[in-house]
Amino acid sequence: MARNPQLNKHGELQHLLTTEGLPRDVITRILDTAEPFTVVAEREVKKLPLLRGKSVFNLFFENSTRTRTTFEIAAKRLSADVINLNISTSSTNKGETLLDTVDNLAAMQADMFVVRHASSGAPYLIAQHLEATGRDHIHVINAGDGRHAHPTQGLLDVYTIRHYKRDFTQLSVAIVGDILHSRVARSQIHALTTLGVPDLRVIAPKTLLPGDLDRLGCRVFHDLKEGLRGVDVVMMLRLQNERMQGSLLPSPQEYFKFFGLTEEKLALAKPDAIVLHPGPMNRGVEIDSAVADGHQAVILPQVTFGIAVRMAVMAMLAGGNA
Amino acid sequence: MSLPDAERLLADLAAQMRPHVTPETGLIGLHTGGAWLAERLHALLGVSVPLGTLDVSFHRDDYAQRGLARDARASSIPFDVGGRPLILVDDVLHTGRTVRAALNELFDYGRPTRVELAVLIDRGGRQLPIAPTYCAARLELADNERVKLATDDGVLSLRLVQE
Repeated sequence: MARNPQLNKHGELQHLLTTEGLPRDVITRILDTAEPFTVVAEREVKKLPLLRGKSVFNLFFENSTRTRTTFEIAAKRLSADVINLNISTSSTNKGETLLDTVDNLAAMQADMFVVRHASSGAPYLIAQHLEATGRDHIHVINAGDGRHAHPTQGLLDVYTIRHYKRDFTQLSVAIVGDILHSRVARSQIHALTTLGVPDLRVIAPKTLLPGDLDRLGCRVFHDLKEGLRGVDVVMMLRLQNERMQGSLLPSPQEYFKFFGLTEEKLALAKPDAIVLHPGPMNRGVEIDSAVADGHQAVILPQVTFGIAVRMAVMAMLAGGNA
Repeated sequence: MSLPDAERLLADLAAQMRPHVTPETGLIGLHTGGAWLAERLHALLGVSVPLGTLDVSFHRDDYAQRGLARDARASSIPFDVGGRPLILVDDVLHTGRTVRAALNELFDYGRPTRVELAVLIDRGGRQLPIAPTYCAARLELADNERVKLATDDGVLSLRLVQE
C-alpha cells in the first residue's frame, strides 16, 4: 500500500491535505491539541512561542478573505512571521507555473505553505514536489482545493460538534445543501465517518449531489423535512452561486422554499440540535435569519474554534523536525 | 535507595513557606506533579487567592526536537498576576528548563512583583541558573533515574523510575 502522503515515516502529520484517510488517532490528537489553544485568547499576551522564527506563506490562488485571515491569526498567535500572497493578482498572471512560484518562495526560507487553489490536488502537487526535491522540512496545509477538500474546515466542524455533543458514536448528523460543489462537505463526511458517527445523512436536491455518496457511507435524502427528523447536528452548506454553471437550480427563492433551514423545519430535529454553517451565509437562501441568529446556532463559536484548530495543526506540523 | 515520605516532605515544605505567604500571594502549580502538590499546599497554607496551574508544553525549549507533547493542557490562572507575589510549585527540580518555560509563560499573563519557587525535591543536575526558594529535600540520583510523584485521593507518594 502506498504511504499516506500526509504522514511521515513515523506516522506523524507532515502535511494536512485532506481528512480522507487521516487516522482516527491523528484527528483526535488535533482536536485534543486545539483545546488548550482556545484559552490563549483570554490572556494579556495572546501569543505562544511555538512558531517563533518560522515563516508561514499564505498562498491564495483563489480569494478568500475569511479563511486567509483565520490562518493568519492562528500563525501570528503562534509567533510566526506571516506573508500573504494573493496570487490571483500576481506572478501567475505573468505566466509563472505553480511549482516555480513554490520554488521561489522556498528559496526565501519558507517553513510552511497554506494553500488555497481552484484546482483539486494543487496542495498535494506542492507537497509531492517538496518531498521529491528533498525539502521535507517545509509543510503544506490545504486551505481548500477545488471541489476536493478543505480539511481545517472539516476539523473545526468536528471540534465544534465534540464541544457540544462529546460522543460521536451516538450522533445523527445531517449535511444540508450544495454537496456537489462542496469541498467542505467532503472533508466533513470523511472526518465524521472516521470518528464513528453512526447516522450520517446528506440532504440536497438531486442536481446538487455527486454520484459517489453511498460509497462514503451516507444516507441520501431529497426532502429536508424527512432528512432532519431526529438529528443531533445540522451542518448547513453555503449555496455556491459562483460555482453554479448552467441551471442546476431554478432560483434562490425556490431553493429556500424547499431546502432553506427555517425554525419550523429545524423543529423536526432533536430539541437540543445544533446548527453549523461554514460561512459566509446567504441569509434567506440556505438559512433563515431566525435560525442563523437563534439559540441553536453555533456559527460564531465555529469561527473562534477554527483559530484554535488551525493553531493545533500548525503546531503539530512545525515541531519535532530537528 | 529508599525515598523519603512525600507527606512528611509536604509538611516540611509548608512549614518553610508559611511565614512568607501573605493574603496577596498566589500559588501556581506546574503540571502534573506540581499541580497536585500545589493543591495540597493551597489547602494547608489556607491561601485565599484561587489556585493556578500552568502547563508549559507550549513553551518548552525542546519543541523543535521533540514536537508537541501529547497531553498538553490549558493553563489556568484564575486571578490577576499583575502586582502580586507568586510562588511557583513543582514536585522535582532537575535541569531548570521547566521553570524557565514556566517563567516565560507566566509573564504573558502580567507582571508579578516577585516570583519564588517551591519544590518537594531538588535532585541537582541544573542546566540553567535557577535555584529553589523553598525545598524539602535534596537527592543524589543517577542520570537514568527519575523520581515521580503520585497521588492517591490527594495523598502524595514518591517512587523511583529507572529509564
